[in-house]
Amino acid sequence: MTVISNVTCPVCGSLCDDLEIEVEGNNITNVRNACGMGESKFLGYASHRPSNPLVRKNGELVKATMTEAVRKSAEILANASYPILYGWSNTSCEALSAGIELAEEVGGVIDNTSTVCHGPSVLSIQDVGFSTCTLGQVRHRADLVLYWGSNPWSAHPRHIERYTNFTEGRFRHSEWHRYISTLSAYRSKKRAERACKLTEEIHEAAAETSTVLEQPRRLPSSLYEKERKMIVVDVRRTRSADIADCFLQVEPNKDYEIFQALRSLLRDEELQVDSVGGVSVEVLEDLVDVLVGCEFGVLFFGVGLTMSEGKLRNIEAGISLIRDLNQYTKFMIMPMRGHYNVTGANVVSTWQTGYPFAVDMSQGYPRYNPGETSVVDILSRGESDAALIVASDPVAHFPRESVKNLVAKPLIVIDPERNATSLFADVIFPCAVAGVEAEGTAYRMDRVPLPLKQLVKPPKSCLSDQEILCRILREARRIKKKAGEAMANG
Amino acid sequence: MAELLVKNGFVYDPLNGVNGEKMDLFAKDGKIVDKLNGRRKRIVDASGMIVMPGGVDIHSHIAGPKVNAGRLLRPEDHYRDVEPKTDKTRSGVGRSIPSTFTTGYRYARLGYTTVMEPAMPPLLARHVHEELNDTPMIDKAAFPLLSDCWFVLEPLQKGLIEEAAAYVAWAMEATRGYAIKLVNPGGLEAWGFGRNVRNIDDTVPHFNITPREIIRGLCRVNRLLHLPHSIHVHTNNLGKPGNYETCLETMKCVEDLAPSDSRPVIHVTHLQFSSFKGDDWQTFESGAEEIARYVNTHNHVTTDMGQVVFTDTTTMTADGPFQYILYQLSHNKWVNNDVEIETSAGIVPFTYKRSSFVHATQWSIGLELALLVNDPWRMYMTTDHPNAAPFIFYPKIISWLVSRIAREKLLNKVSKRARHKSLLPTIDREYTFYELAIATRAGQAKSLGLKDKGHLGVGADADIAIYNVNPEEVDPSKQYKRVRKAFKNAEYTIKDGQIVVKKGEVVKPVDGRIFWVKPELSSSRMEISPKLKEAFEDYYTVQYENYIVPEHHLAHSHPISIKTEV
Repeated sequence: MTVISNVTCPVCGSLCDDLEIEVEGNNITNVRNACGMGESKFLGYASHRPSNPLVRKNGELVKATMTEAVRKSAEILANASYPILYGWSNTSCEALSAGIELAEEVGGVIDNTSTVCHGPSVLSIQDVGFSTCTLGQVRHRADLVLYWGSNPWSAHPRHIERYTNFTEGRFRHSEWHRYISTLSAYRSKKRAERACKLTEEIHEAAAETSTVLEQPRRLPSSLYEKERKMIVVDVRRTRSADIADCFLQVEPNKDYEIFQALRSLLRDEELQVDSVGGVSVEVLEDLVDVLVGCEFGVLFFGVGLTMSEGKLRNIEAGISLIRDLNQYTKFMIMPMRGHYNVTGANVVSTWQTGYPFAVDMSQGYPRYNPGETSVVDILSRGESDAALIVASDPVAHFPRESVKNLVAKPLIVIDPERNATSLFADVIFPCAVAGVEAEGTAYRMDRVPLPLKQLVKPPKSCLSDQEILCRILREARRIKKKAGEAMANG
Repeated sequence: MAELLVKNGFVYDPLNGVNGEKMDLFAKDGKIVDKLNGRRKRIVDASGMIVMPGGVDIHSHIAGPKVNAGRLLRPEDHYRDVEPKTDKTRSGVGRSIPSTFTTGYRYARLGYTTVMEPAMPPLLARHVHEELNDTPMIDKAAFPLLSDCWFVLEPLQKGLIEEAAAYVAWAMEATRGYAIKLVNPGGLEAWGFGRNVRNIDDTVPHFNITPREIIRGLCRVNRLLHLPHSIHVHTNNLGKPGNYETCLETMKCVEDLAPSDSRPVIHVTHLQFSSFKGDDWQTFESGAEEIARYVNTHNHVTTDMGQVVFTDTTTMTADGPFQYILYQLSHNKWVNNDVEIETSAGIVPFTYKRSSFVHATQWSIGLELALLVNDPWRMYMTTDHPNAAPFIFYPKIISWLVSRIAREKLLNKVSKRARHKSLLPTIDREYTFYELAIATRAGQAKSLGLKDKGHLGVGADADIAIYNVNPEEVDPSKQYKRVRKAFKNAEYTIKDGQIVVKKGEVVKPVDGRIFWVKPELSSSRMEISPKLKEAFEDYYTVQYENYIVPEHHLAHSHPISIKTEV
């Protein structure tokens, strides 16, 4: 039995790299330091992986050799006029690099999951910029942390303990004692309330109160202290809200207004209304005082902002607020990236093509116009005529119209799991799981690159994504060269 | 292996004293040799053309997190400038921050064969090397940013030079770096809480150390480690009117640390940005005369221009506080990225306008410096790409260096106030091709300590640039446009003895190597690692093992072992 330490977890954007994995023979038997998601991935990866490549013949998926599957895929892509290559966020940078070269060779569009997630954040950055840092800066310096439209307790479980309020920093102490007590107190309160309800008659009033937003009348005094503080802003109470010093419940789709209101208040302007987004102006004024009064603040935001009404405008407003705050104090903003390597997908795509996602290579050079060149939109207009899906499941996540057009055309899937997309595939490559069975590089949500390790060997039929893509590329090149020669010879 | 004969060109090889002599060059197995034996050799006819060593760029931001953040920030810059895929080259985009493949191809087309990435945040070194791996055609190296690193500040504050040196030696190997880079020393740590330092004797908050102590400390560390290049310094107060005084103080503060063999101990980079006189933007003027006077009388300093070109570009430096000020001045979109324990970065798009008194004065300052500093071996041509201008404008700058008329023509089109204050009308000096070869290759290679670069003597790497301009027929002073055209697209670029560019087209894509330094410490110093490992978890949010860039991560690693005094 060997213990492999300093293992990077290939699940969420927190990209924790302190995991310890016990391996016996070629099996992972124990995982230490991981959160529930990480542990379940290491202990249960590729549980339904096909043991061989599969190719659809006469409507049925049948076993095929690697060579056959590669040839079929290369044919599909090389002969397509406008293929799309999508996914990428759950695999290594090296795989994406091969994918970009393939997309360039076949004149396709290469896009990653940013397009349905933090794409709006990227677009906002391109409009107004971004004031950010690596997570260690937050750990050492931040005395005010806001999670807005993001629920780290559930989605990035170790984020708070590794990077924000439960960490020990050079200039700040950990606040976990205080939070655990707060949490206990809150839970006790809830228990007591529930006990009361059970012994009382249930009135209609109870139903009414649920529409009233949960909000403090003024912000709690703990927000004005020097220690680490946490504020959670969301449309519903989440587990993260339970441990925050302050939870602000806001109306859905009103974040843009709230950010702009905060910016106005920061400039000492008077608001003509009593509340914005369900938050009273008094509370907003208090909030501005808290924001300005901290020594180092950071706003983490999630899909609550990127995919609600306003999308990139929400982020723009948030970034602008943070930028304005830097006139008074040090303030940072950071997106809570979901997939463990979506950041890597953006980073590699940007350095090789100049653009972070939705890159159209059909003209022979990179073109970028989200809305036109983004895969969801291309599919909804039915413009693509083939697709290669790597490390993602668009059939499960894309709008219906896009899915209809995706499955109507030849579809190649590279994935270690059977998923909704693979049900419709014409070629399936079961691949090695990056970070478990294949090594590579991934980038954390704050753009810090970390190595992915190979802990166990994959089955012989399962190559790494990178290797599969390289083979398809070689074959596609061969096909195109032959076609070119045939044309030249008349 | 391949043999190459470059026939009959006018060779400029200043490191070997060759000044436009018509001669043949021989290359075999990637190196310059004194004769060829084989019958099979490729022949390049360089008759009527200038032959120089391949270009060496000592300071150009081409790879890494802030360069990439710049690329991401500016899709509007990329749309204007695309590179389609060819059967030999990858596609890409350009202008002020080209994508990586395009960067390599464009440098090669200019006849450059070695480029230094001057600002590598150590934590993000892996990213820098991944981008360098994807930058073809040129040999590369990167300088780790060390002036605000806690592991440097702490021992220097206690005066423990050897401990600091042991750390720097470890960091150089762990990040596969080449030289010690300082940017606004002390200021970046202060920027961690939104502050800055005001001069070299200001105290860095929380660390009780001054920029002077950091600069002197790292200068002494550099000497103990015998690193091939001197410390490479972006001064405090960069871009601030009146900062020429800080620049002088910075150069003075290490005067006594210059060894008797008179190798320079400090390189002040993009000197133009640190040569501002005046109290504010109203009274702003050139401090080039004062700076040049100091550089002329003190041999321990080397410098590079940081020349402005009137164009739209993107500023990007590790100087977070300065970039914030630039944002406040220009109101352009602003990106900031502070890196834990180590450094920071800022990016702001910027347009230099002829009509702006300040920009036009900056343009004049760069040229004044290049022309007033007498020793071409200590003043190199750069634009701090892309800060003062993208590197594709090098041929334009060359034309200003070799031709007074070229300078005058542009001077007549700039802000009147700047024109009247400019020193350029009083300067007749015009660079010769020999001096140009020093300023764009020989001098840079010498300063960097790259023994096999920047010259064409036997044993040098066979990196050769051939430019189609005949020095016997063309008078660069009057025919500067011919010179500019010739240097814009090399007739031939030869890398390791292979023809890679012909008539400005990439004919053979090659990968370059990544150079890095491996300082050898005495056995007693190896104990730094356990202490470092312990502190790691307290400081960083990544594990010690994962921080180190494995050598195999570099596609073509070229380590240089160095014996140290530690």
